[in-house]
Amino acid sequence: MPVAGLATVVRTIHSGKARSMIDQSETNRTNAIEIKGLNKWYDTYHALKDVDLTVAHGERIVVCGPSGSGKSTLIRCVNSLEAHDSGQITVDGTRMCDASSIEAIRGQVGMVFQQFNLFPHLTILQNLTLGPMKARGLSRKDAEERAMKYLERVQIPEQANKKVSALSGGQQQRVAIARSLCMEPKIMLFDEPTSALDPEMISEVLDVIVDLAESGMTMIVVTHEMGFARRAADRMVFMDHGAIVETGTPEEFFDAPKTERCRTFLNQILKH
Amino acid sequence: MKNILALLSLTALAGCGSAGNWGWYVIDPRTQSGWNNITFLFDGFGATIQLSVIAAVISMIVGLMVALPGMSTNRWIRLPSRIYVEFVRAIPLLPMLFWVFYGLPVVLKSMGITVRIDAFWGAVITLAISDSAFTAEIYRSGIQSIARGQTEAAKTIGLTYTQTMRYVVLPQAIRRILPPLANQFIYIVKMSAFASVIGMQELTRRANELVVTEYRPLEIYTLLILEYLVLVLIISFFVRWLERKMGADESR
Ligand SMILES: Nc1ncnc2c1ncn2[C@@H]1O[C@H](COP(=O)(O)OP(=O)(O)OP(=O)(O)O)[C@@H](O)[C@H]1O
Ligand SMILES: [Mg+2]
Repeated sequence: MPVAGLATVVRTIHSGKARSMIDQSETNRTNAIEIKGLNKWYDTYHALKDVDLTVAHGERIVVCGPSGSGKSTLIRCVNSLEAHDSGQITVDGTRMCDASSIEAIRGQVGMVFQQFNLFPHLTILQNLTLGPMKARGLSRKDAEERAMKYLERVQIPEQANKKVSALSGGQQQRVAIARSLCMEPKIMLFDEPTSALDPEMISEVLDVIVDLAESGMTMIVVTHEMGFARRAADRMVFMDHGAIVETGTPEEFFDAPKTERCRTFLNQILKH
Repeated sequence: MKNILALLSLTALAGCGSAGNWGWYVIDPRTQSGWNNITFLFDGFGATIQLSVIAAVISMIVGLMVALPGMSTNRWIRLPSRIYVEFVRAIPLLPMLFWVFYGLPVVLKSMGITVRIDAFWGAVITLAISDSAFTAEIYRSGIQSIARGQTEAAKTIGLTYTQTMRYVVLPQAIRRILPPLANQFIYIVKMSAFASVIGMQELTRRANELVVTEYRPLEIYTLLILEYLVLVLIISFFVRWLERKMGADESR
C-alpha cells in the first residue's frame, strides 16, 4: 500500500499541520478530493449550497453539523451515490463527468454506512471477497487471502465463515470497514459509522477507524463523536443548512469556535 | 383433498337422488367405453401441463426483462416497461389469443418472415405475454423490497449493475419473488383452458369434443373441473411448501 508507506514517512518526521505541506511536495500532484461550487437539489429543496472543500492526500476530515444539514449528501456526492446538479468534483486527479470517470473514482473511494449494509445472504468471507473477485478479477485464493488480512486488521478473523446475522453490530461494522479495505481504496468515507451501534460497541469501531487514520488513509468521517474528532481529525468541517459554515483544526474548532451557530451546536452535543 | 371428497360425494348423492337425469356411465371406468372416454380426457393433462410450464418459463424471463429497466431512475428507460405492463394487462386473454393465432402470422409475413403459428405455440405466446405483465410486477416489488443500501454498498465495492443484480439483489429478492411467482403459475394453468378455442388438444378441448359426441355435458364438465382442481391443488401444495421453506430461510 503506497499510501501507508508514504504516511509512515510523514508520520515519523512530522505531525499536525506540517503534514499537508509535505504531502503536496512529496506526491507532487493534485489533492485527494477537490470540490468546487457544489450544488445539489432534491426537487425544490436546496440540499447543498455552493460547497467548496479540498482534502489533501493523507488528510483526515471530520464533518459535523445538525441533522439535515447535508453531511450525508455531501459525502455521497463524492462517490456519486448522489448525482450533483452543478459544481465540480475531482477525486485523485479524476474529474467526475461521465460513467467511466465515476467508475474510476469509485475504484479509489471506499465507503462505510451507518447501517453497515453488509450482504446478509453471504458469509463474512464472501462479503469481503465479492468485490475483489468480481470487480477486480482476483482469484478466489488471492481474494480470500486479502480478506483474511483485513479481517485480522479489524480483529475478527475468527468470524470469517459466519453469517452476517450471527455478528453483533460492532462486529458487523468492522466487517463493513474490512470489506471496503479489501478494495484497497485511497480514500475512505464514513457516514455516521457508530450512530446505529449500542454504546458499548462504539469504541471498538472507533479504534479501528483511528488505527486506519494513523496508517495515513485519507478520510472524511461524518460523526458526532467529538472525542474521536479530537483524537483523529486534522480538520473539522461544520455544516448547517447545506453549507459549510466553519472549518478549522480541532483545537480551534472546539476551544474557540468562530460562529455562533457552531457554538450552539457544540454546546448541544457536548452536553450529552 | 377434503374439498375433492366433499364434491365427489355431493355429486354422487345427487346422482342417486334423481337417477334418470344422470349418466355417469360415460365416464364409468368399469365399462370399456367409459374407460376409453376417461383416458381420452386424461390424455389432455400432458398438453395442459406442457403448455403451462413453457408459457410460465417464458413469462418469467420476459417479466424480468421488463421489470429491470422498469426500475431505472431514468424515466426514458422506465417508460417502455410501464407502457408494456399497462398495455398487456389491459388486453383480455381471448382477444389476444385470436390476434396472435390469426393476426400475428399476417403481421410477420408483411415483415418478410413466414412462420406458421400452430395452436400450441399460439397459446404459449399468448399466455406468456399476458402473464409477463404480472410477473414483471412481482419482480419489481420483490426487488424494490431489497433495501437501497444493498445496491449502494455494491456500487461502492465496484460492482457493475449486472453484477449487483446477480450477486447481491436477486439472491435476496428471490425469497420474496418465488412464492408469488409460483402462485401466478396457477393462473396460467387455469387460463390455458382458453387454448381450446384455437383447437389445442388440452383438457378443455377434449372435454368439449367428448360432449359433442356423448351429449353428457354435466358429467364430463364435472370431471373436467375435477381435473383442474387436482392440478391446482398439487401446485398450491407446492407453493405452500415453498413459502414455508423461504420463510424459514429468512429467519435463519
Ligand atoms: N433522497 C432524498 N430526497 C429528498 N430529500 C432528501 C433526500 N435525501 C436527503 N434529503 C434532504 O436533504 C437534507 C440533507 O440530508 P442529509 O441526509 O444530507 O443530512 P445529514 O446532515 O446527513 O443529516 P443526518 O444527521 O440526519 O444524517 C435533509 O433535509 C433531507 O431531508
Ligand atoms: Mg446523514
